Amino acid sequence: MIARDKRTPLNEWWWTIDRILLVALVGLMLAGFILSLAASPPVAARIGLDPFHFFHRHGLFLIPAFIVLVGTSFLSPRAIRRSALIVFAVSLVLIVATILFGAEVKGAKRWITIIGVSIQPSEFAKPAFVVLAAWLFAESARRPEMPATSMALSLLIVLVTLLVMEPDFGQTLLILAVWGALFYIAGIRFIWVLALTGMGAVGTYGAYTMVPHVAGRIKRFMDPASGDTFQVDTAIESFARGGWLGQGPGEGTVKRILPDSHTDFVFAVAAEEFGIVLCMVLVALFAYIVLRALMHAHRTEDLFARFASAGLAILFGTQAAINMAVNLHLIPAKGMTLPFISYGGSSMISLAYGMGMLLALTRLRPSIEVESSGDSYAAPSPA
Amino acid sequence: MSTAASGPSVQPLRRRLIRSLLYGRDTDRPAKARARIGLAVMAFGIIFGVIAVRLVMFGMTGDRPGAKPATVQDAVATARPDIVDRNGEILATDVKTASLFGEPRRIVDKDEAVELLTAALPDLDVNEVRERLRARKGFVWLKREITAQQQQSIHRLGLPGLGFLRENKRVYPNGPEVSHLIGHVNIDNQGIAGIEKWLDGNGLADLHRAGFASDRLQKPVELALDVRVQHALRDELIKAQTKFKAKAAAGLVSDVRTGEIVAMVSVPDYDPNNPREANDPTRINRLTTGVYEMGSTFKALTLAMALDSGKANLNTLFDARGSLRYGRHQIHDTHPLGRSITLAEVFTFSSNIGAARVALSQGVEAHKAFLKKLGQLDRLRTELPESAEPIVPKRWGELNTVTIAFGHGLSVAPLQAVMGINALVNGGYLIPPTFLKRTEKDAMALATRVVKTDTSDKMRYLMRINAEKGTARLADVPGYYVGGKTGTSEKVVNGRYVKKQVLNSFTAILPADNPRYQVLVMLDEPQSLPETHGFITSGWNAVPAGGKVIARIAPLLGIEPRFDLPPAERLILATSRESR
Repeated sequence: MIARDKRTPLNEWWWTIDRILLVALVGLMLAGFILSLAASPPVAARIGLDPFHFFHRHGLFLIPAFIVLVGTSFLSPRAIRRSALIVFAVSLVLIVATILFGAEVKGAKRWITIIGVSIQPSEFAKPAFVVLAAWLFAESARRPEMPATSMALSLLIVLVTLLVMEPDFGQTLLILAVWGALFYIAGIRFIWVLALTGMGAVGTYGAYTMVPHVAGRIKRFMDPASGDTFQVDTAIESFARGGWLGQGPGEGTVKRILPDSHTDFVFAVAAEEFGIVLCMVLVALFAYIVLRALMHAHRTEDLFARFASAGLAILFGTQAAINMAVNLHLIPAKGMTLPFISYGGSSMISLAYGMGMLLALTRLRPSIEVESSGDSYAAPSPA
Repeated sequence: MSTAASGPSVQPLRRRLIRSLLYGRDTDRPAKARARIGLAVMAFGIIFGVIAVRLVMFGMTGDRPGAKPATVQDAVATARPDIVDRNGEILATDVKTASLFGEPRRIVDKDEAVELLTAALPDLDVNEVRERLRARKGFVWLKREITAQQQQSIHRLGLPGLGFLRENKRVYPNGPEVSHLIGHVNIDNQGIAGIEKWLDGNGLADLHRAGFASDRLQKPVELALDVRVQHALRDELIKAQTKFKAKAAAGLVSDVRTGEIVAMVSVPDYDPNNPREANDPTRINRLTTGVYEMGSTFKALTLAMALDSGKANLNTLFDARGSLRYGRHQIHDTHPLGRSITLAEVFTFSSNIGAARVALSQGVEAHKAFLKKLGQLDRLRTELPESAEPIVPKRWGELNTVTIAFGHGLSVAPLQAVMGINALVNGGYLIPPTFLKRTEKDAMALATRVVKTDTSDKMRYLMRINAEKGTARLADVPGYYVGGKTGTSEKVVNGRYVKKQVLNSFTAILPADNPRYQVLVMLDEPQSLPETHGFITSGWNAVPAGGKVIARIAPLLGIEPRFDLPPAERLILATSRESR
């Protein structure tokens, strides 16, 4: 079927896609499915649902996620930009609708129900935003006459404002980090990097002094005795109990007392039941995906593909790293899901969309095509 | 430059300025981007590396036993070892009971369940059960520790969503007999007082965590206690308390040679099966938790100090004419003799003035050092978690030595005083008291010599003389050669000593020529009776009560009665001289 002698879209896709990256992503999705069997039944039981409620739904989400992942990876760079623009615009509208009509859960409005499906628009905004920002930064390098940098900045301001209004500080942090990284890769002078870092430090200090809940989290991280560190303590305990090889599937006990065992603390649950060795495998998978994507970005000549794939890889890697670091008590507690492993439909489909774009952007393309697509860096012709 | 940028408009110029400010002039931005992506690769490499290292660290530390705060309590709640007395009689044991729980989500008809349950267990509160079953929880306790019949009847109701958990309920078959000593547990079978608490603190919890504390593996804990002696002591104390209308009574039997506590009673006490009573402050354990001025009993320590120093012997004379004036204070004697008396007479007639002069002859520092050596100035710690710090004067001058010489101005836990007296009569060894079974050999390994053997012999003699012709005559149970010392201390009320409120004690040793046991009897505020001729001193209440205790327990303790023994003069002093 997938022969090299015919140029059908399918076999073209097959021979140009980074198959190892695809396998790694699918492996991660399957790992998430299996770990869901360990982590979600206690949560479901606690809120009075069928124990396998979340597990079944997790499986159900995998199908559209896989379709989105593969489908998106067929897109051309131009189609990716278009889709990102559409997704971003729709997400922005939905975020606004969420803020206006969404149900308030734990003091934040993040979810909106559309025709019976509850979705989290900010999840979808993330990858689309990264691609759009990458495109603008690429444009700023390629066509200096366009006000691309300021457009990228206004994009950021719009999204961050909406996210803060929800409020969703975790996503805000992520968006700011990825945007900053893109700006940095786009070639901002080092002095500005220092200045922005300084501003970031001032901002963090401001949040520490002004927002009591941020201060509490940081204090609890620095001095565990100062407050309730129940979640992180139990997470740590599950690593200690798991040991190298784990207690065995279904033998975990910590998951019963961890409130977010199927989302934020699935890594700890995995450690208790399947052991630290499996956790190392997960870390290796994440590292492999992120580093491979960055290597692609490093190699490609296409500026847009370079920025976009780097941005998507950084988004994915930062989210994974923050989640695992919180689980391991390396950084203060911050609610963030572990990509493809944690439960969550919006998050999974959005991740599949993002990774699908990454796969599409890292496809092998003949350099002629790169140039003809008009995305390549063209040296300014003398006037 | 591209055509647009080189145009004449101001806009691009301003933008060009911003651009060069932001990105720098004439930089090869694609190349820069490539290098900076390389940096991002490094950064992520380091971050994931740190995460991996942290994981390895967790793997290396492994399953630390101390890292499970949540599971400890569950473990202890399961099983406890039996506690037995020195003869193997059970003092505390676990009984398997069932506890009823409900799973509200599985109960089909909650009203029916409430109705049937309260019919089967009439002591359940209808509203409370309804409330618990309506809770949106997976698990609720309905009643802990129900009987087998109740379990059977609830089982027969056939209600879904109800279940039973096997639990261990602690049972004390002797009821209040051994209350303070053994302590009690809470509903989760965790020791919260007495020996029970000591058990939890000494490895029981660790054992449970390791999973080794299954019911069969646990060896019973053997106490030094003899439940028969305990019963006799308690019985006599309650009788004495009732007879003399005392607020409280306390008693203790201790093995002089091993420091074992064979019986310990403090009434009013409580039933450990119903530990709620234990919170009543009048029911404290007066022997370890309370501190008291021990009164004349302390004269034994004063005289032992003088004898042991070698500066005085039994016949050394001390001036007891008139009262002893010290500053604004005057010390009187209950039975003034109006002459110089020997050291032996100081003890027999319980002369405060004599004792004060004996102590003064040794000096303040020596007095303090001697009491310190006998463990009277520091908190005494035993297996029982409840203990009290003695009240020692902060500035100890001559006046303090004068009063402490006859047992006022220093408050100690009675158990502490018992330990001191034991050392004076057992040949001179201070042995820390214990509630656990202990052999003489083990005791000697812990012992420290505090007085000479000769001093100990003389103390035995003095105590025996007291029973032959002194204040302890009413306790001279024939055949057991009892020796003893009485103590009557006036209580301090509002900063003054009150004559009508006294704390009486009687310390007996048996047999006095070679003591094996010490018996302490204390009565708190005994009242005078016609048969005591209006007296409330120890010789009229604590001593006869002590005599009755000795008459009952001596046979139980296996002391052979010996009749027609010569008086102390010949039996103790003469043998003591011969042995030298």
